[in-house]
Amino acid sequence: MVQRFSTRLGLLGEPLIEWTIRLCGWSAIFFVFAIFFFVFREGAPLLFGTLDLTEFFTSVNWRPDSRIRPQYGVLALIIGTMSVTLLAAVLSVPAGLGAAVFVSEFCPRRVREGLKIVIELLAAIPSVVWGFIGYMVLNPLVIWATGAPIGINILNGGVILALMSVPIIMSVGEDALRAVPDTYREAALALGASRWQLVYKVLLPAAKNGLLAAALLGIGRSVGETMAVLMATGHAVQLPSSLLDPVRTLTATIAAELGEAVEGGDHYQVLFVIGTLLMVMSLVVNVTADLIVKGIRGKQNV
Amino acid sequence: MFSRMAALRALVVAGLVVGAAACGGGQSEQQPGGTAASAVVIRLTGSDTMVNLDQAWAENYRSVAPDVSVQIAGGGSGVGIAGLIDGILDIAASSRKMEPEEIERATKSAGAAPKEFVVGLDALAVYVHESNPLQSISIEELAEVYGEGGQTTKWSQLGAKSPLCAADDIIRVSRQNNSGTYAYFREAVLGRTRELRLGSVDQSGSKDVVSLVSRTPCAIGYSGMAYADKGVRALPISKKKGEPGVPPALETALNGTYPISRPLYFYSRGTPSPQAQAFIDWSLSDAGQKILQDIGYVPAPKSAP
Repeated sequence: MVQRFSTRLGLLGEPLIEWTIRLCGWSAIFFVFAIFFFVFREGAPLLFGTLDLTEFFTSVNWRPDSRIRPQYGVLALIIGTMSVTLLAAVLSVPAGLGAAVFVSEFCPRRVREGLKIVIELLAAIPSVVWGFIGYMVLNPLVIWATGAPIGINILNGGVILALMSVPIIMSVGEDALRAVPDTYREAALALGASRWQLVYKVLLPAAKNGLLAAALLGIGRSVGETMAVLMATGHAVQLPSSLLDPVRTLTATIAAELGEAVEGGDHYQVLFVIGTLLMVMSLVVNVTADLIVKGIRGKQNV
Repeated sequence: MFSRMAALRALVVAGLVVGAAACGGGQSEQQPGGTAASAVVIRLTGSDTMVNLDQAWAENYRSVAPDVSVQIAGGGSGVGIAGLIDGILDIAASSRKMEPEEIERATKSAGAAPKEFVVGLDALAVYVHESNPLQSISIEELAEVYGEGGQTTKWSQLGAKSPLCAADDIIRVSRQNNSGTYAYFREAVLGRTRELRLGSVDQSGSKDVVSLVSRTPCAIGYSGMAYADKGVRALPISKKKGEPGVPPALETALNGTYPISRPLYFYSRGTPSPQAQAFIDWSLSDAGQKILQDIGYVPAPKSAP
């Protein structure tokens, strides 16, 4: 009886599990498209209606609340997002990949386990807390160190975002390096390579795809980050002329203004147009990354 | 592999927590006022500046008098006063005084003159860092600092070069463009036809403005008078350059000499019903005024009618 029941369950269970897993895979695609569709739909009437696209992309005047004439220029916001992300990438990619190499290749086993736990803890800190650190701790430090008139600016936001993405880059990068078979290491060492040569000539090329994915995951986090940059970049609509100028990002604008915008109004819709713009931006980054990775793979196969 | 999963999982959890917090905050404001079972309804409409205040009062009043439901709507002071005249409201919330002609019409419609209550004061103070040598500032100068096309960008132009602010740049701290404080400051300083200059550091709360100014020697900012704190100084303000500045204080706000303050009013339709009178009395009580203060307004003086 028990025997028969379990066989029947086995017969039934196999396709059931298969379908569940299939559903999980498809649902991810479905959700992405659904999100894109709904964000786009909210902004579409304005996008195809009265929105002046030239002004939208080339004007720095973001005055959605004007009593005289509302203006929706997001150039300053795009530049703001780009400048903070770029600085974060410049800081975090070398640091994150360096940390990955250290943890994976140079670190004694005992220290490694401790270090990994601490770094993963770093990844678990909510972004509001990071923003708070930028606002309270880094702000006076930046003023003191640089003589800037205000400490919440591109530099502050970039450093905070870099700190947030280093754990991800390190974590994923370390996995990529660990995935390189030990035979590579043994072969290199047997040929008389120093440890540095081993890393530089053997491991980095072998783990290239994974390391690139690590860097892009980190940068992706920077582009989409909202709360931390809202607090740490100063939230000022202007074209920055130096690293010490406050800026405002696209994400922070949506977060700060959507709550009070009248539903269905122009201001509300233009925020959704910005949301669509952000999604298109991340799509471009991901597709580019994918193409680069594929290109590398193609070359390797030849 | 484990570490990647752990990192991703941590991210997801963090995202969910933050997301839930954000959603919760947004939804609580949308709660409909009162339950359907409430026996008495007080209809309160008017000033957009006061909507948050009205809402907070209505929500807290539910625990004081569970059988009374206060229904809140915004639209502007004019909408509230019009509703009072039309007889569709019990109380109008207004950030300006009723015109004599409006009082006359409301009296005719209700059979008794509307009663005026000053429920609080909306007074803005202009804050600078405590180390800033500036003694006072005029509305004209503020317009040049904050207004579109304004020419004042350095502290030395105001004759207030601060030793701690080596860069000499004036860092303008402002509010998010959806805040009532922002709208009132813009109107009080720049009138109806001039924009604020972009590039100000926009904060999302009244308290944030003050705390940022207290940390930034180069900064100037505006916020509710009640938010004065350690590390900042609230400047005396004059209308025109060269006139003596009026210090921000309860008395000067009340007697109208302080240029950026206005009383907030409740007007009842005729003689208020006992329930409406009870609600107004409660809003003027210590408990009600505490809520008003938490939102960022100055409590109404005890002697006010």
